[in-house]
Amino acid sequence: MTDASHSPIRPETPTAAGAEILLRALKDQGVDVIFGYPGGSVLPIYDALFNQNAIRHVLVRHEQAAVHAAEGYARSTGRVGVVLVTSGPGATNAVTGLADALLDSIPVVCLTGQVPTHLIGNDAFQEADTTGITRPATKHNYLVKRPEDLARVVHEAFYVARSGRPGPVVIDLPKDILIGKAPYTPPAETPHRSYRPQTQPDSALIARAVAMLKSAKRPMIYTGGGVINAGPAASEALVRFVRTTGFPCTSTLMGLGAFPASDPQFLGMLGMHGTYEANLAMHGCDVMLNIGARFDDRVTGRLNAFSPGSRKIHIDIDPSSINKNVPVELPIVGDAGRALEALLAAWDADAAPVDRPALATWWRQIDAWKGTDCLRFTQPREPGAIIKPQYAIQRLYEITRAVKQDIFITTEVGQHQMWAAQYFKFERPNHWMTSGGLGTMGYGLPAAMGVQIAHPDALVIDIAGEASILMNIQEMGTLSQYRLPVKIFILNNEYMGMVRQWQELLHGSRYSESYSAALPDFVKLADAYNAVGLRAKTVDELDGVIHEMLASDRAVIADIAVDPKENCYPMIPSGAAHNEMILGSESAGGVAGVTDEGKVLV
Amino acid sequence: MANDNMNSFRTATIAVLVDNEPGILARVVGLFSGRGYNIDSLTVAAVEDGGQRSRINIVTSGTEMVIEQIKAQLDRLVPVHRVSDLSKDGPHLAREMMMIKVICPHREGGQNRAEALRLADAFRARVVDASTESFVFEMTGDTAKLDAFVELMRPLGLAEISRTGVAAIARGTRVI
Repeated sequence: MTDASHSPIRPETPTAAGAEILLRALKDQGVDVIFGYPGGSVLPIYDALFNQNAIRHVLVRHEQAAVHAAEGYARSTGRVGVVLVTSGPGATNAVTGLADALLDSIPVVCLTGQVPTHLIGNDAFQEADTTGITRPATKHNYLVKRPEDLARVVHEAFYVARSGRPGPVVIDLPKDILIGKAPYTPPAETPHRSYRPQTQPDSALIARAVAMLKSAKRPMIYTGGGVINAGPAASEALVRFVRTTGFPCTSTLMGLGAFPASDPQFLGMLGMHGTYEANLAMHGCDVMLNIGARFDDRVTGRLNAFSPGSRKIHIDIDPSSINKNVPVELPIVGDAGRALEALLAAWDADAAPVDRPALATWWRQIDAWKGTDCLRFTQPREPGAIIKPQYAIQRLYEITRAVKQDIFITTEVGQHQMWAAQYFKFERPNHWMTSGGLGTMGYGLPAAMGVQIAHPDALVIDIAGEASILMNIQEMGTLSQYRLPVKIFILNNEYMGMVRQWQELLHGSRYSESYSAALPDFVKLADAYNAVGLRAKTVDELDGVIHEMLASDRAVIADIAVDPKENCYPMIPSGAAHNEMILGSESAGGVAGVTDEGKVLV
Repeated sequence: MANDNMNSFRTATIAVLVDNEPGILARVVGLFSGRGYNIDSLTVAAVEDGGQRSRINIVTSGTEMVIEQIKAQLDRLVPVHRVSDLSKDGPHLAREMMMIKVICPHREGGQNRAEALRLADAFRARVVDASTESFVFEMTGDTAKLDAFVELMRPLGLAEISRTGVAAIARGTRVI
């Protein structure tokens, strides 16, 4: 310490190396684990990590996987996930993960190394304009240029990542900032100077919402990931509200688990591969309550035919989500949990009765739609019969339900993801991790890793496709290093199944480049990574493989050979409306009606 | 339906008060290009707190739904303090400054020089530079007035235009 530190009048603020200050700030933010990969510009941070025990570092095999792991950690715990990568390629590799977290509103703080400040702009080794590249892929980003800003920026980044609509935040850290001395400042107790999202909904609007809902003859509650992000209490409030009202409830892909799937008031997922009853109820309702969903194009189908006869209430914490795709009568800005509590209170305070006879008629109509049994499939049972992918998920669900363990499911992207959403029933929030908005193949394995790190004793299953899993297969090394007993359940149809399905239905069965040629032997691949490899080729082998997978205390790859011709139904073809749904291959001829205008809609 | 006016097309002048931090302009411009919004004019300068805050004035156009979306998107940027739709919230003033160079040599008879000076006088444009070959006029006004002057100068030897873009402020006591 210098002499000045002994001065009774103005003691100098104690300082430490920037990397030490960084770790102290992370600790004060409650961080216990970081997913990362070292490199030249972040070596000072790795040196500081080496000398402490408070924060655990998990070494991934690719920076994209570090971000997905942090997402899995964040989604399953409700906390902020933390990533540490080096400059240049470290940062650019992380961009897909950041974009994924942005579209799915997942709180992540990503620390990126940067060349020293005096070299910025010189095309130095491993230099990239990280703040420039990540600007549209993050909720916000920072470049720390002065040591005295370091601690404040870290605290602010955590605040921004978790507040309002959560999202990824990048902090770009030049190497000289990490090595030079910096002062420490604790988290600010004053509100942020400009970013203060509204969380408490306007009570007058809530009262109007209740009045609209009570006047409804065909009400519908449509919930999304915002309810999950609002915390477990919001899901409990949702359950109480749905039961109080007696109204039907559907959920987006991101919202699954907020309302128990086994509840008779739950109509299943809605949207492109949603259930017949959920989509027709959305189409036919007269008052719609959207809580924490954003009228995504996978949900609405053709916009000008979306729920044409309904008055709509939209509750969202992000004002820019309201009136973006679908104009609504009653916009309410606020946190989903607080809004649900306010709705419950206002419901009791409002003396008006619900139109019970109309509601009963509406439920009779919904029950008739449910009678279609849109998720029905036929599994041939003779020994040697090929496994239907739906059956594989259904058996996985039924067998794991008997396991007395917390069960977390992650997925990759494609047909298997939709089948998982349809046939695996989620009863609780934060147990379903999938890439919804960005649709990132390769998400599931690293996300499962992050979940398993956060919940060491839980059963974590990545429901995968054989194409998606290869996008981040290198993370088998991470599973091996940390002895993470993640179960990878591959529905192997030897095709990029969803691509093949669209080619079949929309492009004249021309299977251009969608065949998974030259696949690895997944059993040997598991073995090479010290994991257990299992394979089921026929229906009589399936249960045994699932049991064996669950019995193992190691990582497992279960390679399930499924029917390569199976398509994911129901399906609303692109450019079609909810009531123009295809129920199965027998009605797939309806797809012939899809126009070029529809085809461009992805 | 409540949305009959959501499809009407209009021009909006939006004032945005932001922290004057590196990258803020890129953030705003990137928002417009990334989401396909129009920018008809954009100006930015530090305005208060000893240069710590800047004001961005944006003139944009779109349907009512798009304009509302632009405002919501701007407002959720972390360094943004306030967003004000000047063209909707009440009467406002919008001005830009222009310097315009007209080359009209004396030796060609001088009719064009005389005409340019007469028109400049009528438009209250000031001569800020003159040579035997040229004038530079400085002029302040709303966009339409500047456009009109440019058209009049065109046949008289218009050579170059430099415009600031729109700065705008609400009339009366209303502040952002």
